[in-house]
Amino acid sequence: MIKLVPRTKQSPLISAIIPILAVGLTMFFGGILFWMLGKDPFETIRMIFWDPLMNETFADYARPQILVKAAPLILIAIGLSFGFRANIWNIGAEGQFIMGAIFSGALGLAVYPQESLLLFPLMVAFGIIGGVFWASIPALLRTYFNTNEILVSLMLVYVAEQILAAASIGFLRNPEGAGFPGSRNLSQYPSAANLEIISGSGIHWGVATAFVSVIFFYILLYKHKFGFQVSLSGMSPKAARLSGVNPRFLVILCLALSGGLAGLAGMFELTGPAGQITIDFNVGYGFTAIIVAFLGRLNPIGILFSGILMALTYVGGELTQFMLNLPAAAIQVFQGMLLFFLLSMDLLVNYKIKLARF
Amino acid sequence: MKKIINFFLTLSGILLLGSGLFAADLKVGFVYVGPPGDFGWTYQHDQGRKAVEKAFGDRVETTFAENVPEGADAERVMTQMALSGHDMIFATSFGYMDPVMNVAAKFPNVKFEHATGYKRADNVSTYSARFYEGRSVIGHIAGKMTKSNVVGYIASFPIPEVVRGINAAYLAAKAANPNVKFKIVWVFTWFDPAKEADAANALIDQGADVLMAHTDSPSPLTVAEERGVFAFGQASDMLQFGPNARLGSIIDDWDPYYIARVQAALDGTWESTDTWDGLAPGMAALGGFHEKIPMDVRAEAMNLAIAIAGGRTHSFTGPINRQDGSAWLAEGETADDGTLLGMNFYVEGIEGDIPQ
Amino acid sequence: MDFSSIDPVILIASLIVASTPILLAATGELIVEKSGVLNLGVEGMMIIGAISGFIVCVELNSPLLGLIGAALGGGLLSIVFGIVTQVLRANQVASGLALTMFGLGLASLLGHSYTGIKPPYLSTPDIPFFSEIPILGKMLFQHDFVVYFSIISVCLVWYFFRATRFGLIIKAIGENQDSAHALGYNVIATRILTIFIGGCFAGLAGGYLSLVRVPQWTEGMTAGAGWIALALVVFSSWKPLRLFVGAYIFGGFTILQLNLQAIGIELSVALLSMTPYIVTIIALVIISSGKKQGGSSTPGSLGKVFMEAQ
Repeated sequence: MIKLVPRTKQSPLISAIIPILAVGLTMFFGGILFWMLGKDPFETIRMIFWDPLMNETFADYARPQILVKAAPLILIAIGLSFGFRANIWNIGAEGQFIMGAIFSGALGLAVYPQESLLLFPLMVAFGIIGGVFWASIPALLRTYFNTNEILVSLMLVYVAEQILAAASIGFLRNPEGAGFPGSRNLSQYPSAANLEIISGSGIHWGVATAFVSVIFFYILLYKHKFGFQVSLSGMSPKAARLSGVNPRFLVILCLALSGGLAGLAGMFELTGPAGQITIDFNVGYGFTAIIVAFLGRLNPIGILFSGILMALTYVGGELTQFMLNLPAAAIQVFQGMLLFFLLSMDLLVNYKIKLARF
Repeated sequence: MKKIINFFLTLSGILLLGSGLFAADLKVGFVYVGPPGDFGWTYQHDQGRKAVEKAFGDRVETTFAENVPEGADAERVMTQMALSGHDMIFATSFGYMDPVMNVAAKFPNVKFEHATGYKRADNVSTYSARFYEGRSVIGHIAGKMTKSNVVGYIASFPIPEVVRGINAAYLAAKAANPNVKFKIVWVFTWFDPAKEADAANALIDQGADVLMAHTDSPSPLTVAEERGVFAFGQASDMLQFGPNARLGSIIDDWDPYYIARVQAALDGTWESTDTWDGLAPGMAALGGFHEKIPMDVRAEAMNLAIAIAGGRTHSFTGPINRQDGSAWLAEGETADDGTLLGMNFYVEGIEGDIPQ
Repeated sequence: MDFSSIDPVILIASLIVASTPILLAATGELIVEKSGVLNLGVEGMMIIGAISGFIVCVELNSPLLGLIGAALGGGLLSIVFGIVTQVLRANQVASGLALTMFGLGLASLLGHSYTGIKPPYLSTPDIPFFSEIPILGKMLFQHDFVVYFSIISVCLVWYFFRATRFGLIIKAIGENQDSAHALGYNVIATRILTIFIGGCFAGLAGGYLSLVRVPQWTEGMTAGAGWIALALVVFSSWKPLRLFVGAYIFGGFTILQLNLQAIGIELSVALLSMTPYIVTIIALVIISSGKKQGGSSTPGSLGKVFMEAQ
């Protein structure tokens, strides 16, 4: 009979080791998976984790790309983590990401081809507004009608996808694009473009913002009253209420925060790597960010690392596809396994396993 | 004696090693927007890739990446392909256009082939097929084979390519059967078997007994088979999905083009070109006609196909008006490529609006 | 625009078929949530059901065995979730999402060599007298047996929770896990059981898609149906009979918008495509407004991790 004995003190050692253990276990079982698919497990694992960082053919290009891929994940995940701590489940970050891009894109396209230094900052603001707007729907519905925010935010993702399609084919379509769907390319429109900070690398303002937000939100979470209230609400809603937290306000604030960050990520992605509003603009960052948030233990520094790790598996995974003919789905399985192992071992942080007699 | 044997052994060793080292003269990468298992768009491109492998054997090595989203991911995949020594990359979706241009600029020695795009460069070619020519032929068959005079059309997105197909099919069907009507449903997806099945059912419920689709899965055909109506295969032959229902099909046959381009790259004669081929060179091909089709209809369809391929007939030949009644093509006038490429209007006689 | 050309009989018959997968998946998830567990991995279990059912059907040449295989496939995957959340006490929301991701990827891998294959057909049972009834016959009695199974299951589940001892135990555990534990009920074992049953239902729903409704295997073919099923459970306020309403409304709108297009309605297609989701949101709001989080019928322990007092 396995008994769980609560630890008197959380062991920071275990806390730090667990993610490493989880990655190790995933590599092991992932290796078995790859072997069953007929690939050399060592080569595959190496290609996923090592090559993008160190291989001389790919690394120079891949290293900054990892950051570019990680940036939206980190931004969104940090926003989500606050809500998750307080049991406020925003599952619709994907939709907020889309709306942020649409709002900022619409602004940029409306003033095209005017050039102005003000445009980019304004678009940033609109991106945030778009995300906040979309997240405020589940926020208000929960606050005033007690509607479950998981489902509302999720349904709104599908609605946002339809709006995106309508935008690509209709109201934001490029009039000089020969009738094809898709907006003008905003990354080629100087005032709107999300420019490279380090030339040749692809590292754009979104990456810088992601780093800054790690620091900013770390301070907010651990040193500021808001962060304290969020954590307290999650652990004990009653205690939080007694200490003066207004639960309704918290819901709105947390959802607005995650929505705003998601919308911001959408805006950076639109004006940078993606370039255009297209039907397939959204690639699932909103959902992957949920995984990143948990992998990062819901704190900004952890999220920084888990975001980079996740991005690494994406970039390395792409390599394995055309270098080793590994199916794309194998990487998805791999990522799911990683999360499962991490979640399974989370237990060890707070409990000791003891084998006791019946 | 020993020395001679050693020499020949070494020589053969070097030759073998050498042939191993220089096994492939050309490394060609394929970037797919969907899975080769869709039995539609991506499947046919993959068939083209396999044809290249078969035609060139050891001289050419092919690789592919599937389910690559358009945008930043596509750019990265293509860059990594270029970094890893690929000489040629086929990008098989319209949405890869800007990523192709970006990567092509950074790697001037890599040759790019972009499907259905319109931007070119010294190392970027574009190619597409005049599927609408195939639509004319199957439109004719549909017009003749329908008993309820209702043809159901499952359309994906209101882009010129799709609208072109609808118009071409309608014009041919109408010419074959003046009483025919088209009912069009927009599913706003290229690939969603369940939704395509629902759309097919809805159209059949509304009286359609011949279905056409511009989506990627064999779903509409499967539903047609189940419910005993007719349909056409789309992108690939799809005969196995609807042995009784499938009257014919439009096949994207990329094999000859892919082989020709790879050959040109090997020979050093590759240049940036724009190719928009139809029935004539076989890029848009037709699947075999079903035996349920009466002999005279089959003959008419074949003649139409031959006439189009031979350039004697054009799918869009006047007099044709736009849906709002305004004149578009005068008697005998044929549509120019520019209008076709940007086609965003229905021809007269089609009911309903193109979604905006 | 000819409204009269939409035959209500055919419409209702179509929507019953279209709603069956989400009805099945929602039924299973309702059982799970009644016991206090929130399993967001429905989408993953459905698609695993779709592929395992497809593989079994093709290999053994029997759609019936395929459907059973589908249910088992979903059930087996759900056990992973059960162990991670019940034995290893992991967070249920994250685990459910991991399950979805894992399930989608695994299904795609398994299905690689099965794309493009046509499975043997499931025949529609002939119900002698009833199917001849003028209007109702076509509407209700000419479906395949999975549709009837889904309807019967919902009724059985309703009865189960209302009148059987085991049903009441499950509800008790869902309401207040600590009290139930104190009364001597094995919370963890019961929950793993409900999770398994939920997984079987979801798997069956997936199998229905790949073996009957489409019928074909393609990657990602569930296209979000699992999430809709989750919404349905909340929509129903955890009362089984209300599942019908939700499922048929959602399925109805999906089919209706296609039919409206087919007769030439000139509403924006994008708008029409959004309606099922918006309607679901509105329904959710109506149901939950004025009451506490979905009404007093929300299982009290929903989503909470169970830790025995030491």
